[in-house]
Amino acid sequence: MLAEIGMTMEELFADIPPELMCKSFNLPGGLSEQQVCSHLAELAGKNSTHLACFLGGGFYDHFIPAAVYSIVSRSEFYTAYTPYQPELSQGNLQAIYEYQSAICRLTEMEVSNASLYDGGTALYEAMMMALRITDRNKIIIDDSVNPIYRVMIHSYTRNLQIELEQTHCTDGLADRRQILQKIDDKTAAVILQNPNFFGCIDDFSDIAQAAHAKGSLLIVSCYPISLGILKTPGAMGADIVTGEGQSLGLPMSFGGPYLGFMAARRQYVRKMPGRIVGETTDRFGQRAYVLTLQTREQHIRRDKATSNICSNEALCALTALVYLSLLGKEGLKETAQRCADKASYAYNRLTVIPGVEPHFRHRWFFNEFVLDLPSEAADVIAKLIERGFAAGFPLSRYYDGMKNSILICVTEKRTKQQIGMLAEALESVL
Amino acid sequence: MKLVFEKSMPGRRAVQVGPNDVPATINIRSDLLRRRPAELPELSELDVVRHFTELSRRNFGVDNNFYPLGSCTMKYNPKVAEHIASYPGFAHLHPLLPQLRMGGMLTQGALRVLYETDLLLREITGMAGFTMQPSAGAHGELTGMMITAAYHRDRGNKKTTILIPDSAHGTNPASAAIAGYKIVSIPTNEKGVMDIIALRQALNDDIAGLMLTCPNTLGLFETHIKQICDLVHSVDGLAYYDGANLNAIVGKARPSDFGFDIVHLNLHKTFATPHGGGGPGAGPVGVKEKLLPFLPVSIVVKRNDGTYALEYDRPKSIGYIAPFYGNFAVILKAYVYILMLGKEGLRRVAENAVLNANYVREKLKSCYELAFDSVCKHECVFSPTKQMLENGIHAIDIAKALMDKGFHPPTVYFPTIVKEALMIEPTETESKETLDAFIDAMIEIADQAKTMPDKLRSAPTTTSVCRPDEVAAVKKLNIASIALESAG
Repeated sequence: MLAEIGMTMEELFADIPPELMCKSFNLPGGLSEQQVCSHLAELAGKNSTHLACFLGGGFYDHFIPAAVYSIVSRSEFYTAYTPYQPELSQGNLQAIYEYQSAICRLTEMEVSNASLYDGGTALYEAMMMALRITDRNKIIIDDSVNPIYRVMIHSYTRNLQIELEQTHCTDGLADRRQILQKIDDKTAAVILQNPNFFGCIDDFSDIAQAAHAKGSLLIVSCYPISLGILKTPGAMGADIVTGEGQSLGLPMSFGGPYLGFMAARRQYVRKMPGRIVGETTDRFGQRAYVLTLQTREQHIRRDKATSNICSNEALCALTALVYLSLLGKEGLKETAQRCADKASYAYNRLTVIPGVEPHFRHRWFFNEFVLDLPSEAADVIAKLIERGFAAGFPLSRYYDGMKNSILICVTEKRTKQQIGMLAEALESVL
Repeated sequence: MKLVFEKSMPGRRAVQVGPNDVPATINIRSDLLRRRPAELPELSELDVVRHFTELSRRNFGVDNNFYPLGSCTMKYNPKVAEHIASYPGFAHLHPLLPQLRMGGMLTQGALRVLYETDLLLREITGMAGFTMQPSAGAHGELTGMMITAAYHRDRGNKKTTILIPDSAHGTNPASAAIAGYKIVSIPTNEKGVMDIIALRQALNDDIAGLMLTCPNTLGLFETHIKQICDLVHSVDGLAYYDGANLNAIVGKARPSDFGFDIVHLNLHKTFATPHGGGGPGAGPVGVKEKLLPFLPVSIVVKRNDGTYALEYDRPKSIGYIAPFYGNFAVILKAYVYILMLGKEGLRRVAENAVLNANYVREKLKSCYELAFDSVCKHECVFSPTKQMLENGIHAIDIAKALMDKGFHPPTVYFPTIVKEALMIEPTETESKETLDAFIDAMIEIADQAKTMPDKLRSAPTTTSVCRPDEVAAVKKLNIASIALESAG
């Protein structure tokens, strides 16, 4: 080929000044496929995935039907890129449109985008969107919102002129008195989570009304599996809804890739970040799908765009859609109910252990709950690891005064037997 | 084709949820429950599989055929990386495990992957350290701009502005703006590279930094790259390298030697992780020594006893930009790719990517208008000839005609500084036979532009739909199918 175009390799790189060519490039030599497989199998073996998982905190060990992997492994999906050319991307585009529809149906909201990176960045994007919609600069966020998301929001807003006010939940629920007092005509949005980080369930309808009365918005971060049975953010009057979609068929994969979803009221669609797919017709009047409302986006609006996002989590959105299609209307409801039943059973089983007490008086939780142990939770959890349990998350990591508190999660994958064994192990280490 | 919801049959089920081995209890107050189930499809597993298989047949990926989408580096993704990412020891690892006491010991394999990928990327770019957290290139850019802001805040600098060439990807100005900066655009000169005189004029004490893609989006190496970085440094600005086009120089030259302070890499481009139809990607950010304290929390470190740990105590850090340690499975695939190619393999990546692009450039330059006639790097940018435009044939028609010949079109109408741009990036993984077939198709289209322009304007004819009406999509906005009974 070089001969055909009459050039040498040196000439092809002659535009790089010689003094800028690599002085060091000390990578190891290449490995064969067999070598790399055994190397990585060895590393995978050094990760403790055998523990019975009662860890949640916004990221969950749910069962994933085999057909999910099978479908998303079709390379027509995963080796394509952003559907800039609709004729060659109808599969991807229709799937995103269906995903947007599924998210709207799940949350009872009117519009959804094509995905964001994860639940945390989705919540940050929702906050930015609320600032744009209201042209105000104050945000109220409750400390029962996932602390990981709250630290992310703090990081992202450090260079911006935003007044970020935190409220403290009382007995596991958003404190109405504090929140209503803080909502004023500078408030762009109130940010809440349901079920909240402690697993407690709430109904924010009253806060939505109070926020709207002052021209502010309500943003709710939610756990999509819980929407199989719980009152939806849409029914509560939320204006923007976000969440982490990992629980919808994505493996935990040590932190990613995950799926940030976002839904909103229809009147705010032009302020939304990210890709959006719309239905239209082609030259022959057939139904077709395209990327739409692109004038919001960075490739057109550059520094005036609603977000800088370009590559998002398209394949993860497809995964969530396939998962929701396989579970279906009844399957999602059953899965959610199963989680709640098993968590309730675990709560009852664990709280009979002497010295183990519920942290909150509030009794309504979905599949996570907080217990107080007689000693430091982090110690107890470390001891239970030796017995084969990832028993929960020590809340002292993010909350003052919760040194002995543990957040325990139960998904539909945990069995009665595992719960019983956890209870026995816990009792024996206390 | 029907929507998955339209295929729904009441009562039909695919998945049986695991057995309920605990007593069902009424454990949630009824007013906290949803009134009716979400209107999800009711289908059998076969119904679902057929639906999505049918959708996949209406999609085109690198595995189907040549996908020369400029600036996107649509190279082949080795299957072994997918296989390894599905190992249960990686796929089923809970991200909170290392935050438990002694929990780092439960995830040594995963932490080592992150640590070693960091080391490999340091050697590839010459930077002093990386964060693996950004989920995509644009996310990396935002992280880089946050680091820039933290650096200037730490020095007591009050700087407001980022310089960006007019050939840049739209994400650059968007990322800088979201980080709180004003943007000043620097023009491209008649040779297709940054106008140094304009850059000099734009420099002042307000300049916090400059974002640059090199080779640029015209596929040209910025010959004065070192001088550009020096100029930015002269006003205490930071030079940011957008690694979207690293594929052209990987193993040949390193951004740190050019003078860059911050780089992001698109693992889904240069390092062969699949693009997923628009993500997930990964956009690790590397920095020079002086910026290490500002990298996000947490960072993987190797302790004296040879074990790996997460370091959280980073007082100058910009904080948390992702919930955990980045798109781990994507990083893992890039790690596999780098290990398999090794030193020589990665060098050949750049050589073959550049050779392939120049081969296409040489073979097509008699039929299409070359934006800048000089040696290119990983991609070349053409426009339709004057005569084609006079015949009413535009870049979009050429793109659509390519579909009928079995190819994915190049990037069209970008970079915006070239009129009617056709931006072709062949990548290194394509054979001469594939390139020749593409070149023949492009030459044939150039002929048809003269002889049968109507045929091109009616393309494509072999796809499931033809030229969907994008204007109508906006006017009659329909972005979700919502069952009436569940709305509101």
